[in-house]
Amino acid sequence: MSAATADHVTAVPKTPRGHRKSANGHKAGPLTYFMAILLVCVTLGPVSFAVLGGFRTNAQLAETPAGLPDPWVFDNYRRVITSSSFWQYALNSTVIAVLTTLMVVVFGMMAAYPLARFSFKHREKIYMIFVAGMLFPATVAIIPLFILINKDLSMGNTWWGVALPQAAFQLPMTIVILRPFLQAIPNEIEEAATLDGAGRVGFFARIVLPLSGPGMVTTGVLAFVASWNAYLLPLLLLSGDKKTLPLGVADFSSQYSSDTAGVFAFTTLSMIPALIFFLTMQNKIVNGLQGAVKG
Amino acid sequence: MADKSPASLDATLSATNRTTHTSAGDLASPAGGAGPDRRKTKPNYRLGVQAAAFIAPALILFLLFVVWPMIRAVQFSLYKWKGFGPLVDFVGLKNYVSVLTNDVFTGALVHNLIIVVASILIQLPLGLLIALLLNRKMWGRGALRTIVFVPYVLAEVIVAVVWFQLLQPKYGAIDTMLNAIGLSGPAQGFLGTPKYALATVMVVLTWKYLGFAVILFLAGLQGVPEELTEAAQIDGASWWQTQRKITVPLLGPTLRTWAFLSMVGSLQLFDMVWILTKGGPANATTTMVTFLITEGTKRSNFGIASAASVILFIIALIFALLYQRFVMRRDNPDYEPRKKRSKR
Repeated sequence: MSAATADHVTAVPKTPRGHRKSANGHKAGPLTYFMAILLVCVTLGPVSFAVLGGFRTNAQLAETPAGLPDPWVFDNYRRVITSSSFWQYALNSTVIAVLTTLMVVVFGMMAAYPLARFSFKHREKIYMIFVAGMLFPATVAIIPLFILINKDLSMGNTWWGVALPQAAFQLPMTIVILRPFLQAIPNEIEEAATLDGAGRVGFFARIVLPLSGPGMVTTGVLAFVASWNAYLLPLLLLSGDKKTLPLGVADFSSQYSSDTAGVFAFTTLSMIPALIFFLTMQNKIVNGLQGAVKG
Repeated sequence: MADKSPASLDATLSATNRTTHTSAGDLASPAGGAGPDRRKTKPNYRLGVQAAAFIAPALILFLLFVVWPMIRAVQFSLYKWKGFGPLVDFVGLKNYVSVLTNDVFTGALVHNLIIVVASILIQLPLGLLIALLLNRKMWGRGALRTIVFVPYVLAEVIVAVVWFQLLQPKYGAIDTMLNAIGLSGPAQGFLGTPKYALATVMVVLTWKYLGFAVILFLAGLQGVPEELTEAAQIDGASWWQTQRKITVPLLGPTLRTWAFLSMVGSLQLFDMVWILTKGGPANATTTMVTFLITEGTKRSNFGIASAASVILFIIALIFALLYQRFVMRRDNPDYEPRKKRSKR
């Protein structure tokens, strides 16, 4: 019974999945396939050019930009992989993204729980504070944030100095996504848990957390990728050996802009983690977005 | 920055709908039922304390790193301040006047507006066309969807760095390919020529964000009930007629939400432009954010930069409110009950 209920609960925020179908009954004609191939070429062209470009020398790139590596050169990738700064940037990116994600998911769940299931004074007002927060783009607050972190908190050029504000800006969206998930947990389950002696905290830890898996994954992945790809805030706050990969890529590109092959190798290696992470989670993200869009 | 907002705004829109929906029926607990009544016998303050303890970490982070900097931005914007010493040089609205009369800023504002409009005009029809085509039974559709999603996943910085290399004058891949078919790019490169720079940025932006539109539209298409399209086909409608008369109208809420996200993202554009052109050549591609970053970090004109950021916020807010008022209003359940609501 519990399994069935769990399915029911997690399915609720996503509206009619039962209508999953496609096709509209019509099959694809040659025109569709032509368009699809064109789309693939346009989309993957620049990406594969960068990946393959990393296997070529600058001379090869200059002579025949559209050609394949001939011979294949591994030196560019080897140079990046053996450089300590690449791994330092990767470490910084990873730590900052993990810190951000943990704070977003843990604090977001904690806040969404009472906002979804307790009835107390000012609940809707507090919720509306977070909703309104989504209208504030981080770019607007960037200058005071820079001063707050650097001068008032002395956290300039630290992992936490970037992770804390990133988490803060990600929290409103997280709470707004998670609340419906928690609201959808049937009251009967809460009553059963109460009868079995669980308090609100016990109910949260034993029932709510396990049932909110999909919501936590969606918000966690969004927070991780947003942090991994972030540029503006790290640009203002980080320097030297605290830089993240996007900063490293941008630096490398402007310092060695004539070393096209090197730039391609560096860029390729830094896009791989987010790409793998996101594409393996793709279905969950799309479902999450789908749920959000369909309201 | 722009890639962060999408999901968030979707969620607000739907969630606000959802809350108004539920709170109307059942004030105590949206989950409904007997739960809250049982609670009333317990002392109320304990519930409040527990709620506060749960909400506190998120609220404190939010107030400290989002709300407080916003308030400070408004405060800074009223002073002439170079970033050190106390705030003493109160200048009132002078910073706003000097921002609004600055040609670089008004140019940036125009660029932002061009990008807002062009993004929608280019990506909406193109994205819709691709989504409709991909929504048919075809070989390799799953792989195709994944591929379409790739540019959206990449950081704007990565995309910009790759395209910067592709677009290098003479030796870049694009110029060489043009040479091969007997054309030649501008001598300074597409990004180095004021006439073409903004259009080139637009092309790269389209490459990056078209996939997001397609994925969102495809998700919306899944919500169009099969019975409707089947019924239309039985009545003799062609594929094209079915799409135009049934699918696209039912996709309305998704399209409107997407356009909203696109707008908000365009107004905040920074990363891509900063890597591709730094706002140049000759300020041909400045955006409001590149303006405020240049003023704030390069010239330490924190007052001016803050005034620009407040103006950016007000413009974004006006856009959001007007859009909600005149376009998204149709998606409010009270305005016009939608078919899918009744399915709940």
